[in-house]
Amino acid sequence: MQIRKFTWATKSAWLLAKELKSEFRTRYALNAVFMFALTTLAVTSFSIGAFALTPRIVSSLLWLVIFFSSLSGLAQVFVKEEEAKTASLLRLVAAPDTVFLGKLLFNLALLLMLELIVVPLFMVWMNVSILNLGLFLSVLLLGTLGLVCATTILAVIVSKARAKGSLFAVLSFPVLLPLLIASIDGTRLSLEGQEFAAGWGDIRLLVSYLVVMFVASFLLFDSVWSE
Amino acid sequence: MFWKVVLLIWMSAVIAAAFLLPAPQSQLGPASRIFFFHVPVAWVAVLAFLLSFVFSIMYLKTRKLDYDAKASTSSRLGLLFVILATISGSIFAKSTWGSFWNWDPRETSIFILLLIYGAYFALRSAVESRERRAALSSAYAIMAFVAVPFLVFVVPRVYLSLHPTTSVIDVRLQMQMPPAILITFLASLLGFTFLFIWMFNLERRINILAARQKEV
Repeated sequence: MQIRKFTWATKSAWLLAKELKSEFRTRYALNAVFMFALTTLAVTSFSIGAFALTPRIVSSLLWLVIFFSSLSGLAQVFVKEEEAKTASLLRLVAAPDTVFLGKLLFNLALLLMLELIVVPLFMVWMNVSILNLGLFLSVLLLGTLGLVCATTILAVIVSKARAKGSLFAVLSFPVLLPLLIASIDGTRLSLEGQEFAAGWGDIRLLVSYLVVMFVASFLLFDSVWSE
Repeated sequence: MFWKVVLLIWMSAVIAAAFLLPAPQSQLGPASRIFFFHVPVAWVAVLAFLLSFVFSIMYLKTRKLDYDAKASTSSRLGLLFVILATISGSIFAKSTWGSFWNWDPRETSIFILLLIYGAYFALRSAVESRERRAALSSAYAIMAFVAVPFLVFVVPRVYLSLHPTTSVIDVRLQMQMPPAILITFLASLLGFTFLFIWMFNLERRINILAARQKEV
């Protein structure tokens, strides 16, 4: 066997690959998140009916669907480790930074896959056209990144407590609120067809939020993971 | 004992002054007197959160459960003060603008603080082991504290809201407060801070005694 130097980047990539492989074997989190998003979307569209919605409402609904779907599935990545009792093994095999990055990237992949399906579906069902696609995609991407950065550490916290499902929602809402405010506003601007420059405040907020949350969770991860 | 009495006299003087002096803002009339109570209480609520954040960091660095007890005490008192701040603010909103709640930036941030405290205690009650509870709640307190500056400073600036600004901001902008008002306000601020410190001390002593009793 070739002797290779295993940097933390390599290990994170391997952890991501392992997560994706095991996820596609059972598809548990994937199914939960997709079905939840689909159901919420269907219920929303059904209850609104043929009523025409303003961009403000549409953007709020989109982010609500994303927010609640992520709550249903993102804690899974740590909860399944605790339940299958493989958490200790993972702790022995990989350094905390590696675990954090690997799980974060997996959550990101999961959420992006979800959005790839849900966002077009949402636009079709709500009969809305995206007038500024560049701004829309930037806000979506940055919002998703910020969401996974903040929720990964919360997922670890929740995986070690009881009442996991409801607790995750309760803990994440206050922390995610700045992100939601910025994303909803940015999406609204893009749906209204405003220029990219108009969304600059939101983009700045999203980027700063993303950086701050990533650094804070990165620093905190070890203390919680080794509990 | 001495300081307790001093605090009592101080707060009585503050309350008396708040009601006897001419009202701070003539347009709003007597309702603006709430300024003397609402602002200090909100200030203490944020201070309590800051303390909780500091104690949480200290716990994670030293792993001494004493810090966790202090963080939890500080949060518990912070919850009390934030409830007071929300209620006083909403009474003021009703008497001035006719509705109890408007979701303007300041109201939203105090409500989020309330949610954070609630979430903190929900987390604490969901964990049984003492060390684990301490570690998890410390991590959450730190994460929540990091998110708060966005809400308090960034969001109101970026979103020059279409909502009415609270008169707290207006009154604060009137930096040329007549000296009597300024003194009363600062005295109230100090008084409520010392009230918090006194309650914090009491609860700490209770905790220490309870822990000692458990050992016996």
